[in-house]
Amino acid sequence: MERQPLQDGKPRTGQEFLTFALGDEEYGIDILKVQEIRCYEKVTHIVNAPGFIKGVINLRGIIVPIVDLRLKFSLGSAEYTAFTVVIILNISDRVVGVVVDSVSDVIQLDPEEIREAPPLHGDLDTRFIKGLATLNERMVILMDIETLMSSPDMALVADAA
Amino acid sequence: MSFDDDLSEFHAIFFEEAAEHLANLENLLLSLDISQPDSEKLNAIFRAAHSIKGSASTFGFPDMASVTHELETLLDHVRKQELELTERIIDINLVARDVLLDQLAAHQGGEAVPEQRVTDVIAKIRAIATQEALATCNVVSIDSMVTTETKQATSAPTTEQNSIRVSIERVDQLINLVGELVITQSMLAQTAQLNQVSDEPIDFERLQERLQQLERNTRELQESVMSIRMLPVSSVFSRFPRLVRDLAGKLNKQIELRTIGEGTEIDRGVIEKITDPLTHLIRNSVDHGIESIEERIAAGKPAKGLVTLTACHQGGSVVIEIKDDGRGLNREKLLAKAIERQVPVPENPTDQDIWQLIFAPGFSTAETVTDVSGRGVGMDVVRRNIEQLGGRVELSSMTGKGTTISIRLPLTLAIMDGMSVGIGENTYIVPLTTIIESLRPRQEDVKSVAGSGRVVFVRGEYLPLVALHEVFSLIPHSDRPDQGILIIVDTESGRAALFVDELLGQRQVVIKSLESNYRKVPGISAATIMGDGSVSMILDVSEVVRLAKRPPLACAV
Repeated sequence: MERQPLQDGKPRTGQEFLTFALGDEEYGIDILKVQEIRCYEKVTHIVNAPGFIKGVINLRGIIVPIVDLRLKFSLGSAEYTAFTVVIILNISDRVVGVVVDSVSDVIQLDPEEIREAPPLHGDLDTRFIKGLATLNERMVILMDIETLMSSPDMALVADAA
Repeated sequence: MSFDDDLSEFHAIFFEEAAEHLANLENLLLSLDISQPDSEKLNAIFRAAHSIKGSASTFGFPDMASVTHELETLLDHVRKQELELTERIIDINLVARDVLLDQLAAHQGGEAVPEQRVTDVIAKIRAIATQEALATCNVVSIDSMVTTETKQATSAPTTEQNSIRVSIERVDQLINLVGELVITQSMLAQTAQLNQVSDEPIDFERLQERLQQLERNTRELQESVMSIRMLPVSSVFSRFPRLVRDLAGKLNKQIELRTIGEGTEIDRGVIEKITDPLTHLIRNSVDHGIESIEERIAAGKPAKGLVTLTACHQGGSVVIEIKDDGRGLNREKLLAKAIERQVPVPENPTDQDIWQLIFAPGFSTAETVTDVSGRGVGMDVVRRNIEQLGGRVELSSMTGKGTTISIRLPLTLAIMDGMSVGIGENTYIVPLTTIIESLRPRQEDVKSVAGSGRVVFVRGEYLPLVALHEVFSLIPHSDRPDQGILIIVDTESGRAALFVDELLGQRQVVIKSLESNYRKVPGISAATIMGDGSVSMILDVSEVVRLAKRPPLACAV
């Protein structure tokens, strides 16, 4: 792997991650999967869909489903305020929106900065965690958003029904 | 087969053109009057064969070139009146055309054409071209070839065409319209800016005027863009003369196919999907509808049966009608069959009720299953295919006089007419084609049936009441049908009354796929975007009625 020194002299090769908050926790996802970030707007409810699928929105003529990760992982209060944002993701030719509490930053991480996650028991399966990273003494959970969104748990794809 | 790298990009054009020439060739052959052949048409046939030969050898398809070469030689003799045009020459031309079509399909990745078939055809064309007199002994073999070839032709893989040809006129029209749109836009901008700068009050009248112009431009542009996807129905109709000719010959009947309104235009997507149902209906008319020559004469009808295929615009839809002057449907036979098959029949059924029976699954009225019809897709499949397109099938028949089947289809698959309905805070769209009427019932007309929900008494009939808020687990304004609205719908799952809170109005909706980013939702066919930018779901009414028949949804939230 080729290392390119940045202005601060610190060599960086790492992947870029978009970090966001879900309740008190901080998560990161591969920035290349992010299409855009929008305010939360009124959605149209989808009948008989699981509760964490809020509904669909009209994104410039495309119908995009919106998932509330706070509901999916039972994090935070899932209130909709002026700061509530939707991250529009582009995952394997599909467009999907994810509701989070707030978007924090874009960070660059070297492979060695990413630690493997210990086995966890909870809503967020270890399968969906790429690893853990520490940033200014905060822990960032790096999510494998692609695997998560295409998993049957999310009920976003036809086979999951 | 040589697939030259340099030429491969032209192959697609060749395939398209050759297919066009072949279709043209067939049409011309079938329209030829044998006793007095039109020299103009003979020349056109010759030219079609010549064009195929020319481009086939240019692009490196020697197999097609060799067949067309023989064909060209034969046609040249006919054209120069060195040979008299006979039914046999037309037959062999049609056979050769089928071989060419299969060869074309083979080059596009289809099944290879057996060498024997090609050499046979070439030998037969040569025989006719050189020794017309001696060919008499070949008649039988050619005739049998005609039938086998057609079977193969129908089973040949149909290759999808992904490009469309648009006339320059249409493109020019589009450019003009876009030009006008740009002008209107700048006029609007100017009107708005003027007021900003000069601090004058906004000239609302003027603004209104410009907005109206914008609306007109948008509508024209929309129509114009839609028309690019439109094709004349002749692209489907043109295959039927051959079908009828072959079937009639096989069944030993005399049948004339008359087509009216081939110029009627309809969306490509619709065209592709009605070809199979239409073929089935025509086969039915020819096989079951039209009687044998003896039977017709005995009934005092002309020996030659008539099948009429009509297409016309009616409002926002296209109506295709298949009419025959055959024996019509037989009431008693249908009833007996229904009882035998245990298909439910209403009491004191009207003719219309009985005709509807033939749309029931597994219902074949033919006494014997011939190899022409009575197998493969049934009328239920025809009906389902057409309903999937948002269309409807109607049937009327008079015993001894004939049967008419009309198919009403939407002009396009991208836009449809819908009724928006409100259930609590939610808005849904019901396709207008499924709606018969809507009404507010009296309290005493709604009855409950233990274990199977409620029914409503409408015009002498008890219809199941389907409460949309129950099917979709929503919170309605009111649970009392006499405070809401019932929409009577006709679906393949039977008639039913959909109970909603209110009707919000009729509108044209643009269909947007829900499945491209999400998955199929039971009871919902697609989504649409409303005037305010919000999303509404379009109901799949048949599915909703089916869902309601089941106990409460397992996946309910």
